[in-house]
Amino acid sequence: MDIKRIKTDVLIIGGGTAGCYAAMTIAERSDKKVVICEKAHIKRSGCLAAGVNALNAYIVEGRTPQDYVDYCRNDAAGIVREDLLLTMSERLNAVTERLEQLGLVILKDENGKYAARGNRNIKINGENIKPLLASAVQALPDVTVLNRVNITDIDVTDNRVNGAFGIGIESGIFYVIEAAAVIIATGGAAGLYKPNNPGFSRHKMWYPPFNTGAGYAMGIRHGAEMTTFEMRFIALRCKDTIAPTGTLAQGVGAKQVNSLGEVYETKYGLTTSERVYGTVNENQEGRGPCYLRTEGITPEQDESLLKAYLNMAPSQTLKWIESGLAPSGQNVEIEGTEPYIVGGHTASGFWVDTKRSTTIRGLYAAGDVAGGAPQKYVTGALAEGELAAVSVVEFLESNDTSEISEGSVQAQLEEAERFLGEDHSLYSTEQLEEAMQTVMDSYAGGIKTNYRFNEKQLDIADRKIRQLYALSDSLHADDPQELMYIYELRERLVVCRSVIAHLKARHETRWHSFAENLDYPERDDKNWYKYVNSRLENGEIKIILRDITERGTVYEHSD
Amino acid sequence: MSIAIDRDKCIGCGKCHDVCPGTLIRLDDARRAYIRYPRDCWGCTSCIKECPVYAIRFYLGADIGGMGSLVHTEREGDILRWIIDSPDGSVSEIRIDQKESNKY
Repeated sequence: MDIKRIKTDVLIIGGGTAGCYAAMTIAERSDKKVVICEKAHIKRSGCLAAGVNALNAYIVEGRTPQDYVDYCRNDAAGIVREDLLLTMSERLNAVTERLEQLGLVILKDENGKYAARGNRNIKINGENIKPLLASAVQALPDVTVLNRVNITDIDVTDNRVNGAFGIGIESGIFYVIEAAAVIIATGGAAGLYKPNNPGFSRHKMWYPPFNTGAGYAMGIRHGAEMTTFEMRFIALRCKDTIAPTGTLAQGVGAKQVNSLGEVYETKYGLTTSERVYGTVNENQEGRGPCYLRTEGITPEQDESLLKAYLNMAPSQTLKWIESGLAPSGQNVEIEGTEPYIVGGHTASGFWVDTKRSTTIRGLYAAGDVAGGAPQKYVTGALAEGELAAVSVVEFLESNDTSEISEGSVQAQLEEAERFLGEDHSLYSTEQLEEAMQTVMDSYAGGIKTNYRFNEKQLDIADRKIRQLYALSDSLHADDPQELMYIYELRERLVVCRSVIAHLKARHETRWHSFAENLDYPERDDKNWYKYVNSRLENGEIKIILRDITERGTVYEHSD
Repeated sequence: MSIAIDRDKCIGCGKCHDVCPGTLIRLDDARRAYIRYPRDCWGCTSCIKECPVYAIRFYLGADIGGMGSLVHTEREGDILRWIIDSPDGSVSEIRIDQKESNKY
């Protein structure tokens, strides 16, 4: 493989929502050189590819950032970092105004204020939100975007990050990128569990199927402290298209009803996990399928919904049109997705301080890869990108130097060339991916078991995932893109192991469906009102329990 | 969900290849676009919005209830036209003003 060496002040891994905003912030506050490595193309990569229908995290008139923190805390049954949520919430409105300056269309009321949808949301036309962010980044002279460069690992010595290694997924070039500081913004992890429709439409999922948990895996491998992987995220979605339901629930006030027409949501509660749990239970008890009740809405509402879905999830609009009935003529069937690990919705990810510094020196995390702060949505990811960037600019003033050793370069290069060089392997990457998803589905609380699990099952899952990782050593890639798929599979397997360890560690059921442990079916505040964290030590996952950072206090890394 | 690319319409500009967030589209030796990994499409429709000759259309997979309709977009200034061709030959269209916010 040809080697290309790059030296920069800041490397940003991932050109999605958080990564783009971090680059913009660094450019505004310094003259430092930034390189963004994006495994696809920055224009539509990440969560915002198709667009987004509303900004779900905004402090509307009469509300405060603390109100937003309280909402998140309640939804996660207390297992959040209030210090992280508060610093994020304080920036939600400023980043929203910045989006408007970039050209995002936001609905305003007669007083020129953003029109609210409930207590926390504002209405937009978000079809082009990612191209707007991408254009802003591409216009910055000190920011270089390397499209189609997949970062395979960071380089860390003595708990200090030195940069990263990457592979051009079309060029096949091996990149060695030295950086004084690194912001990791790779997003969360889809594809760990068997998806709703594992055949032809396997990638018609809630979260980007291209977000493979790369950042989590890099942190885990290098001994970073990670948090709350047991709080999985399961989205309640429109059946088949896996399109969002919030627009129906909040936009036209559609209630969750079972096949008898009974509104069941109030029976189970209205947190994100309770809405999923209620739907699972109604089905199990013979009252399925479940729906969002849209029958009887007005023709104007029909038209608005068809348009709103085209701006974020076009397949749902197509579904309505193909069926010959608009939402007013038929309720929308709903189902839970497979579980994801995603720190923008639950609290999974890197254990960071309020500067978004990880426990590895020089490594900062923002967006879905950063833990402790759920319900980030788009604006929260932008806010975290800004926070990480501000910290990095400050960190660079220390002139702390770093260097990637030739030994590390050779080891990484040899691994990549080994996968490319093997001329035969019995199993394909795809086969092992499906095997992994089957294991997680069957033994680690997937759709198959209604998201429930016990310790014995988790032990089986752990054993099988380790076996699959060993098998993945002998995979073969024909070209650099197939090589990326091998790395992605291995990232997912690393994340699976940590998820299993976390699910096993929390001896309670604090969140139905998200982490429903049949050996410990009750919530136990006395013993488990704690963060479950972990760190890889000598190849084994060490669980660390930490006390909750209470209101008004700030967590700082000390041990 | 996936996409269908009309090889005869394709002019080989490569814009669909460039934008795909999964790097799923390639150009063949004759510089015609094809989807290399149809099962890996997320359904984001980014490629459809890029194509200057409307050669790419998306459809729902049969496993999620697709019935054979094909969708593409055409841009007219601020208006994004979504055009749906049904297998029975009927065509429907939804026009969205990109300067207008969603109501929900």
